[in-house]
Amino acid sequence: MSENLPATTAPEPGADTPQVRRTGTVRRVLRNPLGALSALILALLVLAVLLAPLLAPQAPGASTLSEAFAQPSAAHPLGMDSAGRDILSRILYGGRGTLGGAVLALAIALVLGVPSGLYAGYYGGRFDAAAGWIVNLVMALPAMVVLLASRAILGPRVWVLMVVLGVLVAPSFFRLVRGIVADIRGELYVDAAKVSGLGDTRIVARHVLIVVRGPVIIQVSLVAGIAIALQAGLEFLGIGSTSSATWGAMLNEGFQNIQRAPRLMLWPGLALGLTNAALVLLAGAIRDALDDRAGAARKRSRPRKVRGRPAGIEPATRTASLADATGRSPLLSVRDVVVAYAQADGTDKHVVHGVDLDVHPGEIVGLVGESGSGKSQTAFAVLGTLPEGGRIARGSITVDGREIVGLPEREHRTLRGRTLAYVPQEPMSNLDPAFTVGSQLAEPLRHHLGLSRAEAAARALELLRMVEIPNPEQVLRRYPHEISGGMAQRVLIAGAMSCEPDILIADEPTTALDVRVQAEVLDLLRRLRTERGLGVLLVTHNLGVVADLCDRVAVMNAGRIVETGDAADVLDAPQDPYTRTLLSAVLDDAPARPAWQPHPSTARTATA
Amino acid sequence: MLNFIARRIAAGAVLLLVISAFTYLLLSVPDIDVGRQLLGQGADQHAVDAKNTALGLDRPVIEQYADWLAHAVRGDLGVSWFTSEDVGTAVSGRLPVTLSLVLGVTVVTTVLSFLLGVWAGVRRGAVDRAVQIIGVAGYALPGFLVTLILVLVFAVQLGWFPAIGYTPFTESPGGWLSTVTLPVLSLSVASVAGVSQQVRGAVIDVLRQDYVRTLRTRGLTTRRIVLKHVLRNASAPALTVLGMQFVGLLGGAVLVEQIFGLPGIGSMTVAYTTRGDIPVIMALVMLTVVGVVLINLAVDILIGWLNPKARVA
Repeated sequence: MSENLPATTAPEPGADTPQVRRTGTVRRVLRNPLGALSALILALLVLAVLLAPLLAPQAPGASTLSEAFAQPSAAHPLGMDSAGRDILSRILYGGRGTLGGAVLALAIALVLGVPSGLYAGYYGGRFDAAAGWIVNLVMALPAMVVLLASRAILGPRVWVLMVVLGVLVAPSFFRLVRGIVADIRGELYVDAAKVSGLGDTRIVARHVLIVVRGPVIIQVSLVAGIAIALQAGLEFLGIGSTSSATWGAMLNEGFQNIQRAPRLMLWPGLALGLTNAALVLLAGAIRDALDDRAGAARKRSRPRKVRGRPAGIEPATRTASLADATGRSPLLSVRDVVVAYAQADGTDKHVVHGVDLDVHPGEIVGLVGESGSGKSQTAFAVLGTLPEGGRIARGSITVDGREIVGLPEREHRTLRGRTLAYVPQEPMSNLDPAFTVGSQLAEPLRHHLGLSRAEAAARALELLRMVEIPNPEQVLRRYPHEISGGMAQRVLIAGAMSCEPDILIADEPTTALDVRVQAEVLDLLRRLRTERGLGVLLVTHNLGVVADLCDRVAVMNAGRIVETGDAADVLDAPQDPYTRTLLSAVLDDAPARPAWQPHPSTARTATA
Repeated sequence: MLNFIARRIAAGAVLLLVISAFTYLLLSVPDIDVGRQLLGQGADQHAVDAKNTALGLDRPVIEQYADWLAHAVRGDLGVSWFTSEDVGTAVSGRLPVTLSLVLGVTVVTTVLSFLLGVWAGVRRGAVDRAVQIIGVAGYALPGFLVTLILVLVFAVQLGWFPAIGYTPFTESPGGWLSTVTLPVLSLSVASVAGVSQQVRGAVIDVLRQDYVRTLRTRGLTTRRIVLKHVLRNASAPALTVLGMQFVGLLGGAVLVEQIFGLPGIGSMTVAYTTRGDIPVIMALVMLTVVGVVLINLAVDILIGWLNPKARVA
């Protein structure tokens, strides 16, 4: 398989890893106390084992029967075993077999798993299919049983068994590498590299290996632990060669004498436990370090969006709350609300800075702004469903005159569903894939209204009819993945309406839908408003939707309301420079959006 | 569904056939004079030849395998070369011991992993860190080392459980419980460590899903959302890992049965494989593969039931 992948691109087991790791990652691993400790323990163990001839008080096999079970002494710091052999010497020499065996198994696994994984992931096709089949077969075999059988076939040499073990764990490398390579294969920069004329070998060496190496290093640590444990297990069973000292065989000897001197199990057990724990913790530290680097890169790019404001805009030109023309009191009233997220360093990051909003019965209010402006955060604050770490730091939200900021979760919950309802942006991800449409519609009905199973089913059918779903009886029995996006959005609207709420908060309800379905869903919202006197807070970035549907509009930028007023007025004669920027942006990419006309009355006829 | 099960069983049968042929051929590679081994170095060459002929070992390997296969499909797994026991009887006599372990571990692992994983995933904070530390510790320590520590503490020092031996359930349920408790606990440590981490991760993933927020906006209680929606959606990845743990469990059983002196399939594997007793090794390998195939099938059916998207036609 290697004619396309010369040896230079295949990682040299054992040798490649320290060189390709970026120094930043190494430093980060060592700065983590657990990572540094594990690395130190492993380094000391390897060193001690390598220097066994210098450090050991005597040869591992030398025995003085008169000193059997002797307690620790100056000459024999760890005491003597059942045959009067020095325990320290046996631990030091035994580690050679244990660690050496693990290195051999790893080398075999890397040589088999990594290049084949690269090839299968990069080229796919028949090789990929065949390798996948073999890998599944090998992974279905219990390693211990295979090793025992191999011992029967190939004889009791530990080295041979370690080669077999290497073959048995190779699939874990194959799967890991193949998965990663197949993922990045589709990514643009590999294609770009291809277009620019780089050969496959160069691409693999330059782009693919860099991505693969981190996970492979982690896997090496974990597999080394598994190999050591399995090997020691074999030796414990008395299956390895009996001539030389090994940790597993020493444990077995201690176990034989468990009543007389359980202390014999202590040192080999400790050596084994420490080695394995250090390997697993090191793997964890490397993973954290790699995650950290990715996390740092993400963090750098994120806040810009939230904090950045177009130059020259004064904050908060709020024209307080607009009293409804008829003087009715608002259903929903938001005053000076600040949403804050606790940061890791203990400070708060504010994403919404004192927002005012009103929604009256039978009124559709648009909350407009670009992504990251805090619209959805405002909506979640009202619903009491801010993501983890978020809270309302200041301000007041009243629903039907009742203050809900600071309300205990239990009482807030009674409002959700029956007074406040929510229609999300992305229909498919907002239905639980494991339950039928019918059962998801019926659940709140039974929970809130105490309906029986049959009553709830009948009501669910009514709800689907209300949102104009064809064949509602069939749709009730379907799972979310069996219906279209438009239909799913109708189901979600039906779900929101199921307990007859007074206020509907719709977060970009049409963004994920195609243009024709968008218009239908907007019509549905308009109809519900008219028929039921529903107050709607419509969160959107789409000014076309605002023009089409909204009575009033509030324009939001960087966590503040910059302009609010009658929808027609704001769109016709925007006061705030940011609103003007938004409006011109819409005109720029008009073809991607539903037709929008500056004058709301013409827009309405266009989409209706 | 039935169609799917039938197809999977057929695929399992093909796998059995491939592995049996592969194993038989491999086992026959080393040129061991079985007759000589049985009768000893001093035996007469004629007697050795006669023994080999009686065992059918003078025939080509392919023929031997075909003969084995022809009998095996009729349920006759042959006779042990070394003990002359009927292999089927020997294996089925030891099966209940290993099944006790496997079932016990599966129950303990499922219950504890889901409790710990859901608790950690929903509560986060200190509970979460504690569960993660348990996970790392359970993963880091080799299983048989954990077993030795448990034996030392609970059998040798405290004397709560016998260190060795097995009492069949039919003889004394209490005795059975006291003899399987430590072995089951020993084997459960690693699987609970692995599976609880998986449940925790899956629960955290599901809690971040949009539909969980939407369910909250419908006014459902957190308890109801977690027990009904989160648990169901988080179960599929956890079950996959549970199935993989089962494969490792068969290996772990070898060590644990040896340590506790349990007369199960694991200790049988050690005793017979080291002697190269082909009829017994073949039966044990076949049993293992059947176990793995059945477990994978059960996991797939369960996942299909939990997750309609993965459901097969």
